[in-house]
Amino acid sequence: MSFTPDIRLFSCHYTSQQSCAEAGKELRQLGFPENIRISRVPCTGKLQEITLLKAFEDGADGVYVVGCPPDGCHNVKGSQRAAKRLEAVRQALHELAVEPERVAMYHLPRGLHPEFIEAGREMNERIRQLGPSPF
Amino acid sequence: MIVAERKPLAEILDMVKDCKKILVLACRGCVTVCSAGGEREAEILASLLRLGLKKAGRTAEVIEGSLVRQCDKEYIDAIDQWQGRYDAILSTACGVGVNFIANLRPADHVFPALNTTFFGGSAEQGIWREQCAGCGNCVLHLTGGLCPVARCAKSLMNGPCGGSVNGRCEIHKEVDCIWQMIYDRMDRLGRQEEMRIAAPIRDWSTAGHGGPRTQTRADLTV
Repeated sequence: MSFTPDIRLFSCHYTSQQSCAEAGKELRQLGFPENIRISRVPCTGKLQEITLLKAFEDGADGVYVVGCPPDGCHNVKGSQRAAKRLEAVRQALHELAVEPERVAMYHLPRGLHPEFIEAGREMNERIRQLGPSPF
Repeated sequence: MIVAERKPLAEILDMVKDCKKILVLACRGCVTVCSAGGEREAEILASLLRLGLKKAGRTAEVIEGSLVRQCDKEYIDAIDQWQGRYDAILSTACGVGVNFIANLRPADHVFPALNTTFFGGSAEQGIWREQCAGCGNCVLHLTGGLCPVARCAKSLMNGPCGGSVNGRCEIHKEVDCIWQMIYDRMDRLGRQEEMRIAAPIRDWSTAGHGGPRTQTRADLTV
């Protein structure tokens, strides 16, 4: 059965600003999955656990965050904080007997790098294999 | 402050399994400060409940609210604002808050979302440590301000015990021996001679072993 996952990406402004240029035209040309909805945040350190959980309530099958490298965050520790909050959400999913892999954190360099595209493809494939959200 | 932590979700979901309308009720007192049961945590818990219920194929309406505190009658009365919108309250207050709701709302079902753990403080961001046992007979004036009741694994009044090694407790190797700390601190303060005085057998009758304690201030009663 074909399944197109609903995936939400919360990306750091600095990491994604070039990726989102021209309304994401270049992203599409490079093969970034179209079923991934991008929300840009000023800093992933601003993301709260509830934001990620609401995405699941809203129907997401998978949620991931792209932030700066841990030792190269524009806001010093923003992406490290995001990674910790993400881990709390993964733990909560585990408590609910839901695959924690539906949530992931990527630390990527700024700008439009192949890794940004690759992370999207990897997440898309992972969620496709996990199947629809049990929520 | 009173320190607490969220119960396992499975336990909470089991508590509310027969509920159709759940009010997740935050407390803006101690449990907000220790990030266990404030508005932010209640919002997260409500979301997790909705997800957990949905996954289990159950339908229930989950709403959120908060009170200034859940340990005073005047604030508990504010629950009236949600009247008719819940058939059970899931309190994210400490055990005191849950008891107060049960005391004052005879017809309301109330469940605890947290395990109340201890009286403590934030040693550093994200880490809380027990400091006081609420024993009702404070000896901090004799111990340089450091509590052997709460912070010694054996609650010794004349320590350290023979298990204190290199300043660490034998029960929990990662914990500083509080009696070593008391001696070191009293020494620094020039009060080392006081350490030669043996504490008498302690009267634990104030410590709550005889049932719930009540405190009355006649000048404040009406």
